[in-house]
Amino acid sequence: MASKQRGVKKTTTILFVVTILMFGFGYAMVPLYDAFCQITGLNGKTQRVTEGAGEASPLIDREVRILFDSNVNGDLPWRLKPSLKSLKVQPGKFYDATYTVTNMANVPVVGQAIPSVSPQVASLYFKKSECFCFVNQVLEPGETKDMLVRFEVDQDLPKDVGALTLSYTFFRAKGDNS
Amino acid sequence: MSTVAHEHDHHHAPTGLKRWIFSTNHKDIGTLYLIFSLMMFFIGGAMAMIIRAELFQPGLQFVDPQFYNSMVTVHALIMIFGAVMPAGVGLANWMIPLMIGAPDMALPRMNNMSFWILPFGFALLISTLFMNGGGPAGGWTMYPPLVLQLGDAFPFLIFTVHILGVSSIMGAINIIATVFNMRAPGMTLMKMPLFVWTWVITAFLLIASLPVLAGAVTMLLTDKYFGTSFFNAAGGGDPVLFQHIFWFFGHPEVYILALPAFGIVSTIIPTFARKPLFGYASMVYATASIAILSFFVWAHHMFTVGMPIKGELFFMYATMLIAVPTGVKVFNWMATMWRGAMTFEAPMLFSIAFVILFTIGGFSGLMLGITPVDFQYHDTYFVVAHFHYVLLTGAVFSLMAAAYYWLPKWTGYMYDEKLAKIHFWLSTIAANVLFFPQHFLGLAGMPRRIPDYNIVFADFNMISSIGGFAYGISQLLFVYIVIKCALGGKKAKAQAWEGAKGLEWTVPSPAPFHTFETPPKLTKSMLEN
Repeated sequence: MASKQRGVKKTTTILFVVTILMFGFGYAMVPLYDAFCQITGLNGKTQRVTEGAGEASPLIDREVRILFDSNVNGDLPWRLKPSLKSLKVQPGKFYDATYTVTNMANVPVVGQAIPSVSPQVASLYFKKSECFCFVNQVLEPGETKDMLVRFEVDQDLPKDVGALTLSYTFFRAKGDNS
Repeated sequence: MSTVAHEHDHHHAPTGLKRWIFSTNHKDIGTLYLIFSLMMFFIGGAMAMIIRAELFQPGLQFVDPQFYNSMVTVHALIMIFGAVMPAGVGLANWMIPLMIGAPDMALPRMNNMSFWILPFGFALLISTLFMNGGGPAGGWTMYPPLVLQLGDAFPFLIFTVHILGVSSIMGAINIIATVFNMRAPGMTLMKMPLFVWTWVITAFLLIASLPVLAGAVTMLLTDKYFGTSFFNAAGGGDPVLFQHIFWFFGHPEVYILALPAFGIVSTIIPTFARKPLFGYASMVYATASIAILSFFVWAHHMFTVGMPIKGELFFMYATMLIAVPTGVKVFNWMATMWRGAMTFEAPMLFSIAFVILFTIGGFSGLMLGITPVDFQYHDTYFVVAHFHYVLLTGAVFSLMAAAYYWLPKWTGYMYDEKLAKIHFWLSTIAANVLFFPQHFLGLAGMPRRIPDYNIVFADFNMISSIGGFAYGISQLLFVYIVIKCALGGKKAKAQAWEGAKGLEWTVPSPAPFHTFETPPKLTKSMLEN
């Protein structure tokens, strides 16, 4: 009987530990998912580069069309517009594009932009050296700002991608209660 | 000596309400679980009746869309966590110690606690329907950002999920601890009844998947109240991540509901076919492989969120792979019946209906598992028809079969066979009238979780609603049969069914309060599978 009791205690302890580990695994899925997205381009998450770093390879004769898209999420009282509808670019060269953003409210509002590229496979080859995303942007009442994005399309972009869409969505920044 | 021990127990056995509240007896707790799940079955069923009444005709008739959506959401939560899962745990509590020759569960106090937190969990959930902003209405899957728009009910929903999770995990730990440590001498793992096997595997699924759900809803909670951004795109998070974490739990959960059903049917069919189960070992391995595979198919619930083509292919093939062990099981059930001396008592009728109708649900599941096809079926009534075939005519039918099969052991009386057969035929016909037309609705493009619909869907919805009301009413007959059986009837023998095998049939009917206080001596014939 005593050995039975010991066995029960041991099994129970192991299973409780497994339970706690699996709770942790739920949280571990967050960085795993990020890494997975980074590798596969899932989610259209764009890449970062520093301009001039690495060897510049000779330009190839190829044209890719970039389409610019903009969205404002939920109740954020902003207007966001790309200055260009589209742009033809040569892979391997850096280009500038601007988005114009206006605060329509009569109070200061903090927003934050999230970029996305589709088709997803192209997001691995879309590289920005400068971007207005992922940082809080404060706009005074009625203020208009031009926001710059500087990017290149990697020369290794798969042949079947002839056009890609760069989309920005402005969200109300966390903690902004205006 | 044994009579002294007997009197001693009776002296201490509490009576009245205290007997139930403080019970550490596996049979009493099993009964509590079963009664509780039957009550939840009717509460969830009443919500389904509201849904079908609203869908009887196009247009808005009875309830406003917000309330309709909360009915859909709470119906799912109650049926999954309140009806099917506790019913399974109740059967496990009652039968596993009897089947393996153990005096009780390994952890009787924890057993008491894991039951008694359930009513509180569901009280929290149901109370949300009366709160500011209404009950949860974003679907039982609780996808952000929609679920974050929920009003006062939000924290109650999260804590409900936590409580139900804690309860199920404690139940699962108890079952594994019991089976691994308390078996009668001679009962090796591969000699255990298949019902015990399926429950052990289910318990492992519970322990591996429910903590992940608890993590996911905790992230929702901190996203809403503590400024984290797990699923908030504005803070760099990703709402799609929730779907991945949720379905990592959600798909094993499907098998948590289905595997005990496999165990029940594998127990009942040999009894009434009067043949041993065909392919016992392959049944065990098939169950285990279904359980393992269930952790690698989750994204087939979310083919349309946008995934690399390789991901979609992987999840499609992995999903198809599950059809193989499931096919083995269906084959074994049919081979067990093949040239058997079959009789068709109510448990057998429900089991045969299970095999046929669960297979239909399995096939529509295969259709949904084909990625390109799923793009059309996703979020339509085809999905609703599919999971009701596997959960209602699958899991719930097997629970009905189990109830009829073991009622003589529980109450000491035979149930009214004639009424039970009427209950079976009403349920089977009504369930098919209810859910079969939903396949057509889904293929024609009717979306799920919408209170109103295009007039072209009117006829099939009316048929479906009529089936729904018929199914709902016929379950009242089940309650009547159970109460009638508990109050009296023909006395049941220890071996209530001629062809039944297993230790539970060696104790008298009704099973005495304490059984197997000294481990039973197993004879060779008892260990035949």
